[in-house]
Amino acid sequence: MALVHITIDNQKLEIEEGTTILEAAQKAGIKIPTLCAMPELGFKPGSCRVCMVEVEGLPNLAASCVYPVREGIVIHTHSERTRQARKVVLELLLTDHPLDCMTCEKNGDCTLQDLAYELGVKESRFGRGEKKLPLDESNPFIVRDLSKCVLCGRCVEMCNEIQQTYALNVGYRGSKTKIIADGDSDLRYSECVSCGQCIAVCPVGALIDKNAQGKGRTWEFSRVKTTCNYCGCGCNFDFNVKEGKVVKVTSNPQSVVNGINLCVKGRFGYDYIHREDRLATPLIKKKGKFEEASWEEAYQLISDKFTQIKRESGSDSLAVLSSAKCTNEENYLLMKFSRAILGTNNVDHCARLCHSSTVAGLAQAFGSGAMTNSIKEIAEASAIYLTGSNTTENHPIIALEIKKAVTKKGAKLIVADPREIELVKYATLWLRQRPGTDVALFNGLMNVIITEGLEDKEFIAQRTEGYEEFKNTVLRYTPEVVEKITGVPAEDIKKAARIYATAPTTSLIYSMGITQHTTGTDNVLCTANIAMLTGNVGKENTGVNPLRGQSNVQGACDLGALPNFYSGYQKVTDTSVKDKFSKAWGVDLSDQEGLTVVEILNAAYEGKIRGLFIMAENPAMSDPDLNHAREALKRTEFLVVSDIFMSETAELADVVLPGVTVAEKDGTITNTERRVQRVRKTIEPLADSKPEWQIICELAQKMGYKMNYNHPGEIMEEIAQLTPIYGGIHYNRLDDGGLQWPCPDAHHPGTKYLHKDKFSRGKGKFFAVEYKEAAELPDEEYPFIFTTGRVLYHFHTGTITRRSKGLNEIYPEPLVEINPQDAEELKVKEGELVEVASRRGKIRAKVQVTEKSGKGVVFMSFHFREAAANLLTNAALDPVSKIPEYKVCAVKVQKIA
Amino acid sequence: MECLCNEKELTDEQKYKQLKEFIKENQGKRGYLIPVLHLAQGIFGYLPREVQNFVAKEMDIPVSMVTGVVTFYSYFRTFPTGRHTITVCLGTACYVRGAKKILEELEDQLGIKIGETTEDRRFSIRVQRCLGSCGLAPVIMIDKDIHGRMTAKKLGAILEEYK
Repeated sequence: MALVHITIDNQKLEIEEGTTILEAAQKAGIKIPTLCAMPELGFKPGSCRVCMVEVEGLPNLAASCVYPVREGIVIHTHSERTRQARKVVLELLLTDHPLDCMTCEKNGDCTLQDLAYELGVKESRFGRGEKKLPLDESNPFIVRDLSKCVLCGRCVEMCNEIQQTYALNVGYRGSKTKIIADGDSDLRYSECVSCGQCIAVCPVGALIDKNAQGKGRTWEFSRVKTTCNYCGCGCNFDFNVKEGKVVKVTSNPQSVVNGINLCVKGRFGYDYIHREDRLATPLIKKKGKFEEASWEEAYQLISDKFTQIKRESGSDSLAVLSSAKCTNEENYLLMKFSRAILGTNNVDHCARLCHSSTVAGLAQAFGSGAMTNSIKEIAEASAIYLTGSNTTENHPIIALEIKKAVTKKGAKLIVADPREIELVKYATLWLRQRPGTDVALFNGLMNVIITEGLEDKEFIAQRTEGYEEFKNTVLRYTPEVVEKITGVPAEDIKKAARIYATAPTTSLIYSMGITQHTTGTDNVLCTANIAMLTGNVGKENTGVNPLRGQSNVQGACDLGALPNFYSGYQKVTDTSVKDKFSKAWGVDLSDQEGLTVVEILNAAYEGKIRGLFIMAENPAMSDPDLNHAREALKRTEFLVVSDIFMSETAELADVVLPGVTVAEKDGTITNTERRVQRVRKTIEPLADSKPEWQIICELAQKMGYKMNYNHPGEIMEEIAQLTPIYGGIHYNRLDDGGLQWPCPDAHHPGTKYLHKDKFSRGKGKFFAVEYKEAAELPDEEYPFIFTTGRVLYHFHTGTITRRSKGLNEIYPEPLVEINPQDAEELKVKEGELVEVASRRGKIRAKVQVTEKSGKGVVFMSFHFREAAANLLTNAALDPVSKIPEYKVCAVKVQKIA
Repeated sequence: MECLCNEKELTDEQKYKQLKEFIKENQGKRGYLIPVLHLAQGIFGYLPREVQNFVAKEMDIPVSMVTGVVTFYSYFRTFPTGRHTITVCLGTACYVRGAKKILEELEDQLGIKIGETTEDRRFSIRVQRCLGSCGLAPVIMIDKDIHGRMTAKKLGAILEEYK
């Protein structure tokens, strides 16, 4: 665009034609006050009239947020005339704005107050009217005081255009105008998902963080930028701290991944930090009861027991479960502890239960098992194929990118999911496959692509191998055959295939609906196949994008908390790798692959694993077939658990060590797009708790191994030396948005998308994959398919979200989602109790009758200990990755009279 | 669009069915929310929360959008009205020719104020700024009938026509 010359407050400036005056002023370092415009979010309504400026030659003042600059324009932003105009606007607003700044939560951070101060407005010459609207305190997180609202429209913009929840709108008119929720109801009973985006943009005190009320004024807080510890999105925000307490979370606009966007858990789900039931001291179980102990006692006992078991039964009778909730440094240290001190490769963590099939599958096909693209690239794709991911609830911030792609950039969305997830509303096409038939569906799509000649022949020839064998397999899966297996109409399969293959860029996004099957690795191989077949990988905006569940599940894998890899996916069976680590750590190492999570518990059940160290994980809730898993933990001769709360797993331990929350330690975590970001110590560890990295070091010292670091930054230096993909990761490089691996050296800028020009393994490999049925299918006795997942308001085993007051208030109990037709046949109504039973266990919970579940499919989340879904699930494993089949098992449902 | 308020009383089921059919016929057209609400008010007499929710669901748009429109236009009502709605024009032409007097007389006779409904649910009074019949000023409208050159005296007899 052409450059034009403008004069703004006597400053000469050269700027792109069409830029608004407001943005031009920002570039010139001039601050024009605004109440409504948020130019950085594209919101320029020109309605508040506070940003009025004088343009020479123009009879009227111009709203600078909408007025574009042109050649030769002369602008005065702070002339007497503009000052008077702003004053009038302000006085009009103040006619009915409560003047209770002394007790207002927004005091010190209020645009209206700042303006009044700047313009010296003490009172309104138009007198005072009465605007008394009832306070809406119905929502557990958000207080709406509409008497203070200045009707800027920012909250409506956030809710409708960014968050796309459409809970808020402007209602009524004239002096009665107000912001309404749904049909002018209380917020709690509207479509609101409590993301609190509206609070982040409200310029006044009309929208307030409920739980921070009365806990401090804005100038009393120190703010520490950190990374969210819930899902794998890797959002950044600021902890607001006063007198050693985390009071609230606020958006930090500098965040690379999320900007000011946050979801309900990120913004409001951190009240668990200061819960009174945090573990405060080490506990040792004596005669079945926990007794408080000193760290010294606990370390001594653990050291003695582990040493004794190692001596008596060998290193491989010990095992370690690391944690996707802990930092990279802690995962590295714990796997080092396991390998160098205990002497076993029996180290694994919950990635085994969510994305081990991704790591295995994509490593075989591409050579590297991670999201190929960046989160920001999602909104730029021309088509998105979303399968097995209820993104809105599990990765809310990534869902915003998908919605943006569809509604703002015209991308086509195909959703392949047995459940009618929220994103189906945005989809061009929804393929509702029967749970567990993904391989068939993918083969059907690829069959159409090949038979219609839509494959990317050049890409296949130059960058891949194994095509012919793969093609022969796929050709047997005609759309008609696939319709019979999956239940998806052949016509829809054809349509979807054409969209996938013909869009310039098609980003494939998947999550646990693909991975958590006995055919998990096969499913993942199919995602790689279709991406290579259509040339949709190794390029910007298109690729294969598994969304990782936990905040640091990517990092825990990267740092080698896996039985077959050291950090950076270096194989334990590779002699040169083993020698490298052996030399660096100064000990002999095992070249035998260790056991995986479920195998460790099976071995414990059989008495082969005698000692187990679990860091911040909760297998007594998260593992499949819980009765068996819990029995295995009970049978473990010596179980050590570190956690922040007395989890279901900790209850079964012999020694419990109090760890800390993400607010109490330094470190790094790696999000789903391979971005290594800092978490920063915000407050001192509470009571007698310690950061896990320190616990591991001290225990190692006790066991006679020198492990001594002053700060996690020093651990990262060691990681960088031993781990090629993290070679350039140093703390001093992470302050500005982090770095995406591979980042091999200190000058490498990080990698936005993978496999450009060349796959990690050289050529991409096609795998011929045949459809296999799920391990357990419905029959006469157990006629329903049972499938599990998460809900927006809770996280995994509920250890922290169930202890968050607001989250638990909004979603307090487990629900069994059943299709209306099934509900009618079972004669159950919404809210009635049912018993759900599988061959392995049974639970009771209330019914939610919903079209979300297809006929014959029952869904439950696994957050609730009072009705733990995993009592029912099947521990059948994928043969390659050893991931259990959480997504399909057979159950029966009965009404409880 | 036909107004159905003068037809015999339909069951709720029939009312919703009628509304649903109209929505279906117009599905996908831009800007047809107002015609839908117009018809809905014709059918139900007013637009209670349930009807707004129904419209939102059938049109696949947010409830907040429907309510935003309903509360913006004074034409739309969220409370039930009488069987007959008397609209008094307060536009300039009518006003200068004595509309205010007519309004006062009406309020006296019926014992209600603007926006209210008589106890027997027979009449409601509302006002409007010009009905577009300035040549007949002053004008009142009862349901869809325009009564021109109104005087306070003529009121009683005209009201008798509406039971």
